[in-house]
Amino acid sequence: MNYKVNEQGFYGDFGGAFIPEMLYHNVNELKENYLQIIESDSFQEEFKDLLKEYVGRPTPLYFAKRLSKKYNTNIFLKREDLNHTGAHKINNTIGQILLAQRMNKKRIIAETGAGQHGVATATVCALMGLECLVYMGEVDIKRQAPNVARMKMLGAEVRSATSGSKTLKDATNEAIRDWIANPVDTYYLIGSVVGPHPYPDMVARFQSIISEEMKNQLQEKTGKDHPDKIIACVGGGSNAAGAFYHYLDNEKVELIAVEADGLGVETDKTAATTQVGTEGIIHGSKTLLMQNSEGQITEPHSISAGLDYPGVGPLHAHLFKTGRGTFIGATDKEALTAAYELTKLEGIIPALESAHALAALTKIDFNPNENVVINLSGRGDKDMETYIKKMDDE
Amino acid sequence: MNRIEQLFKEKKDILNIYVTAGFPNLNDTIEIIQELANSGVDMVEIGMPFSDPLADGPTIQNSSHIAIKNGITLEIIFEQIEEIRKTVSVPIVLMGYYNQVLQYGTTAFFEKAKTVGVDGFIIPDLPLEIYQSDYKTVIQNLELDMIFLITPQTTDKRIRLIDAESSGFLYVVSSYATTGSKNDIEQNQLDYFERINELNLSNPKLIGFGISNQKTFNTACKNAEGAIIGSAFIKALENNNNTKTTVNEFVKSIL
Repeated sequence: MNYKVNEQGFYGDFGGAFIPEMLYHNVNELKENYLQIIESDSFQEEFKDLLKEYVGRPTPLYFAKRLSKKYNTNIFLKREDLNHTGAHKINNTIGQILLAQRMNKKRIIAETGAGQHGVATATVCALMGLECLVYMGEVDIKRQAPNVARMKMLGAEVRSATSGSKTLKDATNEAIRDWIANPVDTYYLIGSVVGPHPYPDMVARFQSIISEEMKNQLQEKTGKDHPDKIIACVGGGSNAAGAFYHYLDNEKVELIAVEADGLGVETDKTAATTQVGTEGIIHGSKTLLMQNSEGQITEPHSISAGLDYPGVGPLHAHLFKTGRGTFIGATDKEALTAAYELTKLEGIIPALESAHALAALTKIDFNPNENVVINLSGRGDKDMETYIKKMDDE
Repeated sequence: MNRIEQLFKEKKDILNIYVTAGFPNLNDTIEIIQELANSGVDMVEIGMPFSDPLADGPTIQNSSHIAIKNGITLEIIFEQIEEIRKTVSVPIVLMGYYNQVLQYGTTAFFEKAKTVGVDGFIIPDLPLEIYQSDYKTVIQNLELDMIFLITPQTTDKRIRLIDAESSGFLYVVSSYATTGSKNDIEQNQLDYFERINELNLSNPKLIGFGISNQKTFNTACKNAEGAIIGSAFIKALENNNNTKTTVNEFVKSIL
């Protein structure tokens, strides 16, 4: 079985580029050029240098002693929360901004849900002196105020997406419409492994630094270059794609993706796409998505803005359909409990998104001898308001 | 020869007007289209409202949102077209997004549309390559037309490819924009129309996006076989008191 993208941009049945003709030229330009540019020595040199000197990579692979004791196994945390700007998102924005520069694009647009990708985009635009416009759902602007302020301080314009559910899906629609209206000088910097080919593959490649480092770090710490299990949360799925990437073909490694169940998969307040979704097209990609029988895309719910997306990247749809990935869910409440637990046991406040991955610990049977990596995709600073509000319940 | 091909054979300066099905009220579509045909419109494009219409600007998005809230479904649209066909003989083109067609079942969708009297389709996010491999035969066998878009960024080579694959007419997107975002036609657009005309394509062309009044319609007619008006008409329908008068006055203001 092949888990990488094929020449037509598909992962098995999923992927492709289902885009209006107005985007054909831009997407095709990217498709024709991305591999050649990002595989070139000069690109790789600059990319790796920025990841080291600016982002602070490699991120530690931390053995979580007290957490391991509690779950009677060996748990390592891949500390993407320690990256500059507080999450894995910057791995991808560094890569794409270097690509945009090489394609002579002057104006950068992006969508954001939790605001982490928006901040990471605004950051690299400040770094490179490029104009930056971030679309963000009106609802998300309210619940992620600190990140909105950060983007503005970094010099980006944050534009409110007021259509539909006013969250990540709608911010993405608005960014795509902007690109249609400004095709010549504008680069659309997508934040996850979603959208038309080549975005899912390109973003996965930039995030694959996570599992690349993991291999060396595990070799050093455990004597083997692979873990038995990797656990990562999935909204669109970029941190999971990066954490899984170099192990996709190594069947000894169990790949566990954790989706946001919201209030529960049995309710209509959920974002667990593989559980309640069906095959269709969203944002130019054939994948699994939440929709009704008419093909109208439905509104997801998660306490975590970063997982509040009604689709999943085509790579993950393929991992789900083929059984290569194990997909489980964590509710809003379970994620909160897991966040408080990690904070108390290890002194690390995780992002609400990453807390979903941690919540999976209570749902999996572990062998005391096995090695488990949890991708701690982001830090919890942006979620403090939610954590403070819920603290009394715990 | 279907109704679309017949029309282009017989007439020039084609006026095609877009209507969002189920807007402003669920059952208004039937009367709106009857009145459009009575007022001298040559062709109608019926929009199948979609939750995430990427190629559409705010006006059509908003009308789609309202129509979905009104309870519009593909089955209702087909019933309405069946009713419309009792009195209306102008060509009807269905416009919508690929996901809607996929969920209905692609072959079932095309067959049902044929049965109720549809003549062609515009599905902007259906890739040309997938149309060629999966649907072209079905569409041809049903004597329907699949209409593709070309834009200022489409290369001559690709325009020729699209022209060879599509039938009915070519939808010439007038500028870099989603629907409804421009008010006038500028020199660079005229250059682009000229470039297309010099290609001597086999399909007739209708210009859409930014056609909103008599002036822009006339300019479009000088540069193609006609034009498509969408957002400007949807705006006229918003808050109208009398469908018949609104439609008649709108068409009179164009022709």
